[in-house]
Amino acid sequence: MRRVESECSLTVNGVEHAVSGLHPGESLLDALRERCGLRGSKGACEEGECGSCTVLVDGQAVCSCLTLAASVSGCSIVTVEGVGSSGGADLQEAFLRAGAVQCGFCTPGLIVAADALLSRNPHPSLNEVREGLAGNLCRCTGYGRIVEAVLDTAEQRRSQR
Amino acid sequence: MSTTISSDRTEVPAITGGLGEPVLRPDGGAKVDGSFEFSSDRSIEGELWAMTLRSPHPRARLLSIDTSAASALPGVASVISAVDVPGINGFGLIASDQPVFAVDEVRFVGEPVAAVAASDPETCARAIELIVVTYEILQPLLDAEQAIDGSFGSIHPDGNVIRHQRIVRGDEDLVGEITVEGTYEIGMQDQAFLGLEAAVAVPDDDGAGVELLVATQWLHEDRRQIAACLGLEEDRVRLTLGGVGGAFGGREDISLQVHVSLLALVTGRPVRAAYSRAESFIGHVHRHPATIWMRHHADRDGTLRKVEARFVLDGGAYASTSSAVLINAVTHAQGPYRCENAVVDGYAVRTNHLPCGAMRGFGVVQACFAHERQMDRLAVACGVDPVEIRVLNAMETGDRLITGQRVENVAPVARCIRETMALPMPEPDVGDHVLALPGGAGLTADGSVVRGVGMAVSIKNLMYSEGFDDYSTARCVVRDGRVLLKFATAEVGQGFVTIAMQIARTELGLPEVLFEPIDTGVGSAGSTSASRQTWMSGGAVVEACRGVVGQILDVVAADRGLQREDLRIEGEWITDLGVPVVAVSEAVSERSFEHTAEYHHPETEELDERGQGDCHTAFAFTAHRAVVDVDPDLGLLRVVQIATAQDVGRALNPLSVVGQIEGGVAQGLGLAVMEEIIQTDGVIRNASFTDYLIPTIADMPPVVMSLIEEPDPRAPLGAKGVGEPPCISVTPAIVAAVDDALRRAGRQIAPLTRVPIRPQDIALASPDGSTATLGS
Repeated sequence: MRRVESECSLTVNGVEHAVSGLHPGESLLDALRERCGLRGSKGACEEGECGSCTVLVDGQAVCSCLTLAASVSGCSIVTVEGVGSSGGADLQEAFLRAGAVQCGFCTPGLIVAADALLSRNPHPSLNEVREGLAGNLCRCTGYGRIVEAVLDTAEQRRSQR
Repeated sequence: MSTTISSDRTEVPAITGGLGEPVLRPDGGAKVDGSFEFSSDRSIEGELWAMTLRSPHPRARLLSIDTSAASALPGVASVISAVDVPGINGFGLIASDQPVFAVDEVRFVGEPVAAVAASDPETCARAIELIVVTYEILQPLLDAEQAIDGSFGSIHPDGNVIRHQRIVRGDEDLVGEITVEGTYEIGMQDQAFLGLEAAVAVPDDDGAGVELLVATQWLHEDRRQIAACLGLEEDRVRLTLGGVGGAFGGREDISLQVHVSLLALVTGRPVRAAYSRAESFIGHVHRHPATIWMRHHADRDGTLRKVEARFVLDGGAYASTSSAVLINAVTHAQGPYRCENAVVDGYAVRTNHLPCGAMRGFGVVQACFAHERQMDRLAVACGVDPVEIRVLNAMETGDRLITGQRVENVAPVARCIRETMALPMPEPDVGDHVLALPGGAGLTADGSVVRGVGMAVSIKNLMYSEGFDDYSTARCVVRDGRVLLKFATAEVGQGFVTIAMQIARTELGLPEVLFEPIDTGVGSAGSTSASRQTWMSGGAVVEACRGVVGQILDVVAADRGLQREDLRIEGEWITDLGVPVVAVSEAVSERSFEHTAEYHHPETEELDERGQGDCHTAFAFTAHRAVVDVDPDLGLLRVVQIATAQDVGRALNPLSVVGQIEGGVAQGLGLAVMEEIIQTDGVIRNASFTDYLIPTIADMPPVVMSLIEEPDPRAPLGAKGVGEPPCISVTPAIVAAVDDALRRAGRQIAPLTRVPIRPQDIALASPDGSTATLGS
């Protein structure tokens, strides 16, 4: 565990943000939203249950609400705002086309989580999608369209190879 | 339509992206790239943060509040409590019985006592801790029956019974050849929308008005209540819809609106607030927990003759929409079945529990669970198949409710049932993936899983009832060849903006449709609730567009010397007796048009003292079939598949309809098997997503569906509301499937009577319907 500092630098979507005046224990989610001005990541439970705050830290999907901001200084962080420019634009488009978006509050976290899932498993089965996204709550859609969006994206990528 | 089509008519293609197509959401791009702004995402230069101090006691006398230490904390701008409320210290959708801040007495755990505005959330939290409140703890009223029988003193000046309604119809004394009865229990469900309550209030420069950005379901009703509390004229309170992260009824009431607005006025600075999940659980109303007794009387062949029922709904500490929820419950007691005789009694009562109000399917969810469990009992008692007994009694257009009201809508109940049952059963599970087992990996005893099938049917009223004129307003402007729509309809995720865009394209023949901000700068749209916006605001958009169409056709007729009554818009063309004469885009290119319309539904009436009257506006019907795997020993279950046929009238956007159905099914599944707010001695025990469970993607089975499209001539576009119907009969269908599985497993137990089903209800059930006590 790195020492918590009141000043740190966060590399988010390839851009370096100098962050000062961090509260001790300030979460990465709060730092992204209130200090870096990146409000795409959402908070809906503050305890790692809902996945709305999911971001990638060095390629791994984490709940940014449970991650100390200062502990990821120097890591490569990707938020929903950066998914499109790092190869996930087709996934975002698939969410839209499949009808996987209603209120959209869970969508940023789901996009990031699904992006991570497809990175580590480009051809997931239905159950692997369900297992891989079980940490992301959605209250509007009942998940059917979300499953379809992820499977469609995998299928599209496969056919483009 | 009496338009004559001339023989040289050419086929005019329909506009792309109009009604009936699976058009994509106009806000969807911003929602997938993270740029869509929810109410919690707005911040304003120079803003303060707000936080609320809430009662830790379910009932206590409020002796004193000392805010001096909190006020003295550096960074604190203001601390306010009841003495600072300039207008009426009371709000509520139906009665203003809930204080902005408690006075004299607190009535539930979580009731606001004071609020703080400070430089940042951390300072707010420290200031909250420095407010000293002294309470004298009083005995809380926690038993709804005690609220009815008068054995507990009044806990509110308005009394302990919020509403009592009786329905008596036909022969009160009729006794059927077959009778079945049971008592059913529904737990308290939370809307659990993901986007937590959040708002930003900005004071006017003169300090005598406020602008509020808030995620809500009904901007104008919020404004009415906020203005009354602030002691301002309504036009000094202006509301804009902040991006709404789901609602489901939980944003129909006031939560933080008055607090942030008042703090903005007091401090003269913008004030921002955002609830935590824990605060959200106690900061908005919930689905009423209910206890319902029913006795059904039938002929030997299963023909339903009479329904008797007694409903007790625990409304919690304040009235909210309890009276409307009660009326929905009692008037839907018969379900979607013909029944000429009824004796129904219902109470919505006040207790020191969390306040309850609107949630998707309000009142009908509770009634449906009871009447569908009864239909299953009746089927067994009559020796009739549970599907066939429902078909035998299925309501049709022209049949009467127990209120005497005739169902004038399309009513394809038997078709819903038949089409649901005709949908394919689930494919066998492939492989032995752990997700296929109840409880997941390692939690299920091998070989003991039993599959069951159950079904249920519902009737749901659409729009508001009992004489309420919940009209909607829309303005249509055509300028520079584009359509600009303005309305105050709360887009909460359901996709009204998509439907409005489709309506405008189809009516006007112009592809480009833009939206003005959703705010109080136009007339009310009514609430985004009661499955009413496609019908009501859709109706208003249709009328507004048709007003503009009339103006356009007037101009074209005059310019070209054509007969006005021969002109129409078809596709993207203006046609003369069916022959295209000019593209709409060309006809409007140099001009602008504007029309504002209000849409009202037919009048309804209040119920009389015998519960008779045409109190509802319209109805929609749905059937569900559930397939469930149960581990009887461990009490675990997995819903394998849901099948449903829904009476949608007309699917204006099939993609949106599918989304509403799958999402509604998920919430009904949640109520059936996992979702319940637990209160012990008036204290909520599970105010978090760790302890209050909602379905995950792993809990949700595939949903197979059939959309029954019989356009309703009473609806402006033939379309019925589709928001609530999918979440109602799915709950009893799942419970029936669990019963079926337990029967197949050889368990001799009484039918399950409560939701959510807990493991002990299955594993420890006994033949007399009781559940063995866990622990001692």
